[in-house]
Amino acid sequence: MPLLTVHCYAALREAAGARVELELPAGSTAGELKRAVAEQLPDHAALVERSAVAVNRRLVGPTETVGPEDEIALLPPVSGG
Amino acid sequence: MPVIRSEVIEGPLDPALWWLQVQDPSCGATVLMTGQVRDHHQGNRVVRLEYEAYRSMAEEVMEEVLTETARRWPEVRVAAGHALGSMEVGEVSVVAAASAAHRSEAFGACRHIIDGLKERLPVWKKEFGPDGERWQEEVPLRPAEERRDEESG
Repeated sequence: MPLLTVHCYAALREAAGARVELELPAGSTAGELKRAVAEQLPDHAALVERSAVAVNRRLVGPTETVGPEDEIALLPPVSGG
Repeated sequence: MPVIRSEVIEGPLDPALWWLQVQDPSCGATVLMTGQVRDHHQGNRVVRLEYEAYRSMAEEVMEEVLTETARRWPEVRVAAGHALGSMEVGEVSVVAAASAAHRSEAFGACRHIIDGLKERLPVWKKEFGPDGERWQEEVPLRPAEERRDEESG
């Protein structure tokens, strides 16, 4: 199965490290990616759940497909300003 | 029309520079919004904040917010900046500036910029103080399509 790298930020980075790697079947969606990360980090599943997925620096909905060639990031609720 | 400056940089920021850069002989009104580190948050005392960004995306999003603002208020000159790293109480972490012939466009544009940055910029702050340290979580990020649906709905 393809290996995907997910970049993590803020509270998620402290919890899981700057990068999480996981294997996902080809054609998997952003929603499936979030579920897989949550399973890999059971202590932080709620934080993963309220985080958004960015693919190539653009926010995507749960049905968007993700692949090993994409720049994938998991972004907790923001607090800029 | 003119997006004068858009930057995500190591902080803190000097707001006077941003004010100066949006000046133009055609502009009689400038609105400058600054955000600075506050000494409290939700009942906790705060002595400093640490800002972290998904920097490449934050730079793109800031440019996008400014470009949208300039499209909606074509006669307004706009600029914005966000600081990263460790900052103490009173230091300026965010700046939005808008300059126009008249004040109402400048107020509208400045408000639009700062609201866009607060809602969309992938930036986070962690607070430190005698009551401990914690990440602040304020706004869940949403894809552009979802935000547009809500605005039109």
